[in-house]
Amino acid sequence: MTIARNDKAVLFAADAANALRLIGYLALAIILMVIDHRGGYLSRLRWGLSTVIEPMYRIAAMPSQLARDARMSLADRSRLTEENAQLRRDLLLAQARLDRVNLLRNQNRHLKQLLDAQRSLGLGVQLARIIDVNPDPFRQRVTVDAGSNQNVHVGQAVLDAQGVMGQVVDTLPNTSTVMLITDAAHAIPVVVDRTGMRAIAHGSGQIDTLKLPNVPISADIKVGDKLMTSGLGGHFPAGFPVGIVGSIQTAADGMFVVATATPSAALDRSVEVLILHELPDPVGPPAPAIPLGPPGNAPEPAIAVQGAGERQ
Amino acid sequence: MNRTRAANVFFWGSIGLCYLLQLMPLPHALLAFKPFWLALVLLYWALESPDRVGLGLAFALGLFGDALAGGLLGEHALRLCVFCFIVLRFRSRLRFFPMWQQALAVFALLLNDRILLLMIRASAGEPLPPLEFWWAPIAGMVAWPWVFLLLDDLRSRLRAHES
Repeated sequence: MTIARNDKAVLFAADAANALRLIGYLALAIILMVIDHRGGYLSRLRWGLSTVIEPMYRIAAMPSQLARDARMSLADRSRLTEENAQLRRDLLLAQARLDRVNLLRNQNRHLKQLLDAQRSLGLGVQLARIIDVNPDPFRQRVTVDAGSNQNVHVGQAVLDAQGVMGQVVDTLPNTSTVMLITDAAHAIPVVVDRTGMRAIAHGSGQIDTLKLPNVPISADIKVGDKLMTSGLGGHFPAGFPVGIVGSIQTAADGMFVVATATPSAALDRSVEVLILHELPDPVGPPAPAIPLGPPGNAPEPAIAVQGAGERQ
Repeated sequence: MNRTRAANVFFWGSIGLCYLLQLMPLPHALLAFKPFWLALVLLYWALESPDRVGLGLAFALGLFGDALAGGLLGEHALRLCVFCFIVLRFRSRLRFFPMWQQALAVFALLLNDRILLLMIRASAGEPLPPLEFWWAPIAGMVAWPWVFLLLDDLRSRLRAHES
């Protein structure tokens, strides 16, 4: 009997010790999460571990890469010819469009010179390939094979041939993470191409759907309307296709219209993406001028100088 | 000496493979069914050789999982710690369950894990996940017998080979 009781006592003691250790680890984990949520130390840890993490990404992506390569090499000739012809047609169209854009660009530059505005319209882009890994199915994120060694920075916009894909949210030395526009935590300012109405397209967490939750009930929006980036907010340059409105419903409270849109970019099919280099000029009121000199006298000379400038 | 080294290689190899499987892409329709491989393999090792698996190991493996996934630091660590604690607490019972009961227990454990994950994400201010979020425990339940049989078979072969 005594032995049994002793056994039990030992068992309970072990349980209690285990529970204490669990509480300790849980507290540690929660502290880590709170610190990381505030300060974002995970990206620094990931940076330190990048020599391990990046090879693991490559290895994990290898089977799908192999499958894709095998499919490519087994694709029959007729399909390739057909694809080639299609691409030629597309190229021709794109070339024609490009010529027109060139014309417009020249015209634009001329007009801007006339207006004396120094704003560049050039787009520096960088090609990157998607590494096919997926750490979390409920976050719409992709990993691309260019990182800070290739001059990629957090906040750069990512495009494919058809439209906006998302933005860079985390960089490692040779890879970086892109949050897609359909991620539930993502929102992108858009403008309806037909009417110029502004809206914000939120990600839905589903790779084929964007949501426009707060469209006024009187707004002019129809199924089939094209959504473009508006350039407001300064994260994305203006004028890139974002999506096409697919359905419009009245919200449950009857105050707003909820529209859904399908993204223009081939979010789940693209292999090659473009990372936009230059961040667009911030839109908004200019920064307040810092007054120079002693506070009392400063405005007067400034006005005088301006006046002098006008006279000349 | 040699035998313990082979066993160690097998142990760490199985865990490394889990990380790769966790990262591995799947066709879009199957993505929601990706089981929590790391938890399944950790469960196997907790049942079969509990001297290897402790809360500290679960915590460390979880931290590395966080570094790979790039979500929130400590998320995987917390989930694996809780998972491991429950498994170690009920180890003697789980071990002698028939396979179907074990699979049901795995379902309950993974469901608990999902609820934890939901609580973590909600407190980090993320929106509620879609319905597919709850399919992964079912996939884990279906996968468990195969994981168990495969690892058990490999381990017994390794032993037979060594002796």
